[in-house]
Amino acid sequence: MTTYAARPDQAPETAPAAPPSTATATPAPPALPSHLAGATADEATLRRFLFGLPAVDPVGLEQRSATLATRSIKKASKLAAIDLAISMVDLTTLEGADTPGKVRNLARKALAPDPARPGTPQVAAVCVYPDRVATAADELAGSDVKVASVATAFPSGRSSLEVKLADTRLALESGADEIDMVIDRGAFLAGQYGLVLEQIRAVKAECAGRARLKVILETGELATYDNVRRACWLALLGGGDFLKTSTGKVNPAATLPLVQVLLQAVRDWRDQTGQQVAVKPAGGIRTTKDAIRHLVAVNEVAGPEWLDPHWFRFGASSLLDDLVLQRRAQLDGHYADPDTVALD
Amino acid sequence: MTTQTTDRPAPLSAGWTYAPAPENAAIAAVKDRYLPFVDGGFVEGRGEDAETFNPGTAEVLATVSQSTTDDVDTAVAAARRAYDEVWGPMSGAERGRYLFRIARGLAERARELAVLESLDNGKPIRETRDFDVPTAAQHFFYHAGWADKLQHLGLGAAPRPLGVAAQVIPWNFPLLMAAWKIAPALAAGNTVVIKPAETTPLSVLVLAEVIADAGLPPGVVNVVTGAGDIGSALVNHPGVDKVAFTGSTAVGREIQRSLAGTGRRVTLELGGKGANIVFDDAALDQAVEGIVNGIFFNAGQVCCAGSRLLVQEPVAEEVLAKLEARAQTLRIGDPLDKNTDVGAINSPTQKAKIDELVGSGVAEGAQVWRSSCPVPERGWYVAPTILSHTAGSMRVVREEIFGPVLTVETFRTPDEAVAKANNTPYGLSAGVWTEKGSRAMAMAGALKVGVVWDNTFNRFDPAASFGGYGESGFGREGGRAGMAAYLEDQS
Amino acid sequence: MRIGKSASAANTDGSRLGVPKTYKLYVGGAFPRSESGRTYAVRDAEGGFWANAALASRKDVRDAVVAARKGARAWAKATPYNRGQVVYRVAEMLDGRRSDFADLLVTGGADRDAALAEVDASIDRLVHHAGWTDKLASVLGSTNPVSAPYFSYSAPEPTGVVGVLAPTGSPLLGLVSVLAPVLATGNASVVVAAQPDACVAIAFAEVLATSDVPDGVVNVLTGSVAELAPVLAAHGDVDALDLTGAPAELRVELERAAADTVKRVFVPRTAPDWSAEPGLARLRAFLEIKTVWHPTGALSLSGGGGY
Repeated sequence: MTTYAARPDQAPETAPAAPPSTATATPAPPALPSHLAGATADEATLRRFLFGLPAVDPVGLEQRSATLATRSIKKASKLAAIDLAISMVDLTTLEGADTPGKVRNLARKALAPDPARPGTPQVAAVCVYPDRVATAADELAGSDVKVASVATAFPSGRSSLEVKLADTRLALESGADEIDMVIDRGAFLAGQYGLVLEQIRAVKAECAGRARLKVILETGELATYDNVRRACWLALLGGGDFLKTSTGKVNPAATLPLVQVLLQAVRDWRDQTGQQVAVKPAGGIRTTKDAIRHLVAVNEVAGPEWLDPHWFRFGASSLLDDLVLQRRAQLDGHYADPDTVALD
Repeated sequence: MTTQTTDRPAPLSAGWTYAPAPENAAIAAVKDRYLPFVDGGFVEGRGEDAETFNPGTAEVLATVSQSTTDDVDTAVAAARRAYDEVWGPMSGAERGRYLFRIARGLAERARELAVLESLDNGKPIRETRDFDVPTAAQHFFYHAGWADKLQHLGLGAAPRPLGVAAQVIPWNFPLLMAAWKIAPALAAGNTVVIKPAETTPLSVLVLAEVIADAGLPPGVVNVVTGAGDIGSALVNHPGVDKVAFTGSTAVGREIQRSLAGTGRRVTLELGGKGANIVFDDAALDQAVEGIVNGIFFNAGQVCCAGSRLLVQEPVAEEVLAKLEARAQTLRIGDPLDKNTDVGAINSPTQKAKIDELVGSGVAEGAQVWRSSCPVPERGWYVAPTILSHTAGSMRVVREEIFGPVLTVETFRTPDEAVAKANNTPYGLSAGVWTEKGSRAMAMAGALKVGVVWDNTFNRFDPAASFGGYGESGFGREGGRAGMAAYLEDQS
Repeated sequence: MRIGKSASAANTDGSRLGVPKTYKLYVGGAFPRSESGRTYAVRDAEGGFWANAALASRKDVRDAVVAARKGARAWAKATPYNRGQVVYRVAEMLDGRRSDFADLLVTGGADRDAALAEVDASIDRLVHHAGWTDKLASVLGSTNPVSAPYFSYSAPEPTGVVGVLAPTGSPLLGLVSVLAPVLATGNASVVVAAQPDACVAIAFAEVLATSDVPDGVVNVLTGSVAELAPVLAAHGDVDALDLTGAPAELRVELERAAADTVKRVFVPRTAPDWSAEPGLARLRAFLEIKTVWHPTGALSLSGGGGY
């Protein structure tokens, strides 16, 4: 593993991580093309690489999003989109007040989002805090619904790497299939890109062979689209399996222009490496209309290959209820009473 | 997805077909037959009826009574009378109120006009709904506000209108061009005889209804119908004081020639061959969007289209690859479908011209990329086309194609970009894509064009003057300079 | 031909044989003869020989346009302050030769008082225009309040090369009144002097040549307007025409020729009154309004992202 010298004026925040024992058991990822492999050679090279990425013009970006949002998705294509969106939901509860009971209820809902309509797809995953993973895993055992867990001192990420790795191990050992880590935004905004990359790699090593890694950029704190693009590439270089917009705790979270930046990154990454990486907007997507707009963006910006729960997710809680209601409306030709959809 | 059952459709990852989402054609309330609007009423033209077609289906859309030169006489006389008796003497504030009413009237009939424009012109409903119609209403609203502020234009304390304005407009933005022309003319106190293109008269005739409903005095606005001969009769009519023409450079030149010595004020908004210049430091994803918008907006049937891509060599390959991938996502087809990005070409004549020029490009050695998006069997369509490996000497680089056809050239240095961009008799528009502010400003200064779009393309606003250098015409439309085109300079 | 008494100051007292002047052309900052070698006799008010002037050819027009295109680039690049200073310098130099020009005008038929008044008015006109160069953009330009996240501005720019047919009847003031606005707006020009006013026009060119006006910015041709004007009007590298001095019988032909390359054509709507305050019309006539759009958008994500 490459190590990075801390900038002289800034002491490293954490000691270098010991190589995790699981790392040796994992097959090495396919070699990156030299311009990407070389990009992480040292802090200065990494910085040059990130600042060499094409800039993002916010006005043009947002205009493209506005145009994408005008797509009119009707009839069969709408029903197909609703079913796909349901199957892409990471049904999430991330509250201090999460109890085993709350998590069990959520897991049951994940398995049968609309018990009255057995044809309704199951969601992709249930997403909880590490100490609630065991309950979720227990409830979802034997199903295809994954257990995802936030980790790495979520949501702020302000702790030592040891704590972040311990957090990750707790989730993994409790049965998590997917780890949603947060990047160190403080380090990013201080220009310590190597440190951010290092931490992603360390968590990735912890997950390797056991779980897919979602890298949460927390776009709302990165403040600019250019930063978001650079953070995307750090996550890609660090081996993230998913680019994820946000924790859901900071606004703005997932907006269409932001998701477009993520989709452009995974599209360009695949063009350059042949590797497909997934995308997960989280926070702020509450309606079927919003979800379909995102699917349109997935389709037209990254490509239809991403229109699959393995490659695209919605981190959401209330979105599922609206998707279920709209699904019923599509099938029945009229809208249902919201109270006929279970709260949890 | 364990719950998927066998009757469920194929996964969307194999390709997601959006169901047709057509706007209801009935909203346009297309009538069987339309009449010219002269002296406050819709009156029979004395010519033989002509048909207007739906370019999306190549079917007849409606019949339009055609004006003759006698009808032009009648219309000009009505406009003169209205100018002398009503509109000229009226206070600016009151004229402004009429214009505000027209703006409101357009907004009220926006949906109908959007569908009608799409049917008659062939452009996508998304464009007519989100651009043509709202911008037309905005032009009336903007110019309404000038009517009682003419003394602040810098043309003297009480600048006088010119009199009767003869206006001839093209088929690419029928309603919007009518608004561009009529609104400033009326705000300045002129009266108008306008002739829409023979292939797209309908939205302008509905605008006449809006104008009539707004209670404008008879003769203030007159709409005559017909082809080039009627346009020629109108602009050469001795009773006309001002001529405003938007269309081809060939016809513009003819008009300027025929008006020689008459002392009549002329505004010409003619052709273009706009360069879209992408530097290696550009925000490439947005540049690609701007290139697409620059040449495929209204299927490239735009005088200021960014029809020549000039891309700096270090990023040329990347830009072209991204551009082709992006252009492939454009949905071509039924103009009324809300998801259509590229609609029909307005006429078989225009389509033939585009096809002929593309053919010449191929013959001269250009490399062709063409969208494989299926194109409807009926109607007049041209799939988005990108001609790379083109050279400045080729016809496709020199001549205005007026279709969804982009040529691609590369450059090495900013000076070379400027030289290539300016190497055309036209001078209407250009785009510049760079993240370097000083370069953007320096390029804006060096380009011999009337409109420079930095990091964007095809933006329009009634507050921003529009018009060209050189053979793209003279005079401006929009903003303060646009008002000056309809007033006597008494400064 | 009898040599008129005005042809040389030296020959009026008969003490020595005078040196009648041969006026040349003013092209690219130099005073060449016509490439054709032709000259014509300019007559004084009494019909006597005043001087020889170059009878410019079509080729001279083409050369002058080439020079003007070069001059246009340099002149457009000069700062507005600098352009203003140069135009002011022209006024200064003319002021320094006030009496010479009055003499020329008297030779052309004006009485002394009228001649001095015309010179003074010409100086004033130049001073007036010297003050315009750094104000045109703020008076004729604008920032445009567009309804989208862009900074948009419209600013006037010189149209390029202007062909000017100088008016007759006011040899100096008429010439200065048509030339000053073209100069002040940053354009280069090819001026065809009124045939009888060649001496005044070339004398004025001498003022220009000694006034820091960059080479080629103003070019003055003398000769037959009927011969030269059509060449100028049809020339593809001329952007605009000022037909103020066009003979009535040529005007339609010239306007037609100008249409081939869609030239901007300025024709005064009424007979010019050179004593009137100059307005903006002549300045506007040779300016292009250029509109530039640049995205603004929000500074950061917390201010944007409405979709």
